[in-house]
Amino acid sequence: MSASSVSTNPVFRGRMLPWLLLAPQLAVLALFFFRPAAEGLRQAFYLSDPFTGDGIFVGLDNFRMLFAQAEYADSIRASLIFAGLVAGVSMAIAFALAAAADRVLGDRPGLRSLIIWPYAVAPAVAGVLWLFLMHPGFGVLARLLHQAGIAWNPLLDGADAMALIVAAAVWKQISYNFVFFFAAIRSVPRSLIEAAAIDGAGPFRRLRDVVWPLISPTSFFLLVMNLIYAFFDSFGIVDAITKGGPGGATRLMVYKAYRDGFQAQDLGGSAAQSIILMALVGVLTVIQFRWIEKRVAYA
Amino acid sequence: MVRRDPVFRALAICLFSIGAVAMLLPVWYAAAIASMTEDGRLTLFSLPGPGLIVTIAGVLADPSVQRQLFNSLIMAVGITTAKIAVSLTAGFAIVYFRFRGRNLAFWAIFFSLMLPVEVRIVPTYAVAADPLGPLVAGLRLLGIEIGLSPSLLDTHAGLILPLIASATATFLYRQVFLSVPGELVEAARIDGAGPLRFLRDIALPLAAPATAALTVILFVYGWNQYLWPLLITTDERMATVVMGVARTLPSDNAETRWGLTMGRALVAMAPPVILVILLQRRLVAGLTDVGK
Repeated sequence: MSASSVSTNPVFRGRMLPWLLLAPQLAVLALFFFRPAAEGLRQAFYLSDPFTGDGIFVGLDNFRMLFAQAEYADSIRASLIFAGLVAGVSMAIAFALAAAADRVLGDRPGLRSLIIWPYAVAPAVAGVLWLFLMHPGFGVLARLLHQAGIAWNPLLDGADAMALIVAAAVWKQISYNFVFFFAAIRSVPRSLIEAAAIDGAGPFRRLRDVVWPLISPTSFFLLVMNLIYAFFDSFGIVDAITKGGPGGATRLMVYKAYRDGFQAQDLGGSAAQSIILMALVGVLTVIQFRWIEKRVAYA
Repeated sequence: MVRRDPVFRALAICLFSIGAVAMLLPVWYAAAIASMTEDGRLTLFSLPGPGLIVTIAGVLADPSVQRQLFNSLIMAVGITTAKIAVSLTAGFAIVYFRFRGRNLAFWAIFFSLMLPVEVRIVPTYAVAADPLGPLVAGLRLLGIEIGLSPSLLDTHAGLILPLIASATATFLYRQVFLSVPGELVEAARIDGAGPLRFLRDIALPLAAPATAALTVILFVYGWNQYLWPLLITTDERMATVVMGVARTLPSDNAETRWGLTMGRALVAMAPPVILVILLQRRLVAGLTDVGK
């Protein structure tokens, strides 16, 4: 064996074997990813008859009709409010908890479970749990709000319903954000903290001026992940407890795409909405990967 | 040495405890209402009681819940094992072989990272209803008529297969294999080990931590699916336990038997929550690695 073959990345020879190893992954992707994605792309430009499946090419008409709907504008607005609130609130709480946990847990990271476990709860189940807490007739927290003089009724009031699904999503998302913030805070070099302490910076000052800037890559990563979560995983919460109501106040984009496609049988309109959602994830993912490249380059 | 700051430490303990209790609240009151054997209202200070066991036992004895738990288990275990198997071999092939088309395969896999199943629901449903459609149509063009049209609707395969079409796990394995020292591969080759032998005896054990992490992440992912099972199943006997919880809520909530609904919710969330608590360390390592 020649010395030159001892490279950093030695490989095996074989022509058939790598394809055999890749075949299951590629087959599943071709059947359940590329084919539906291509079909969705086609449907978005066709007006199809739900009964015969035949379609006529209508160009951008599906998109034009979509943007002419007041309902779609409302759904975009609801999604943006939901995503902004979920990302902002859950990240702020998770950061505070992670900073506290850094002080409290020390060498007992097993207690992380106290914050992490809701990661395992299905969004739909999280929605049901929070509906019960906040239910105007039965909910314990709703009664507290009533006693405080707040007219709380998520079954009738759109803003209250939005607050309810935000609460359920935030509760679930704190656990995910906490995992990352805690790991990031633990990895800040102790020497930097100590240097700041010697310079007279108190604990809050150190958090703000040393820890927070150093973990900003984690914060940025989490922001993107939270937005993706809020745009897509929220389906279960909405479908389980508000069904988009009252009055469309919680009809998020992914929920509307589902309703239009499966209940209104408007395949073209639903596909057009899916394309818009695809573009949205695409942009978020590209931003994410560009950031990862940067971090690798400068790390 | 950082000076001990008792005030800050006390504050941190307070904040962390409040956080831990707040996270528990929804489950606490769910358990409290499920403990009531007859319909009633909770107060702020209600406690879960022995009635909880009666309610949970009642939920578990319900044959439809048993069937749903069974479906959820098949779905979660199916997605977990299938995705790990498929991703492990694909990641191995991409790292350890140079072959024509390798870049194309890599980018095809990479591209699939972008789109969750939620954004292509209608066409994915169409594929699941008639997975062999193009094959049959192609054969018909060749003059071969076959009456084969299996459908994945209302099947366990239909619950599992479309959800393994994404590549996050492949990328995790790729990262693991890229970090394996080249000398190990050389040594294996000198000892006469072929690629499959290397995969089984060296790569697989080295990837064990990643596999453990993926087991938790994918089990939780599979168990908690909601939109896809809602679409692909119409038969009551194919429903999952998460769907079952949502279905116990009547549309106006007026007739909801909260104790029973919450008992079901507790049963539906128990398996993934227990797994996450037991394998917490693996989960954390896995999540932060995927994020890198």
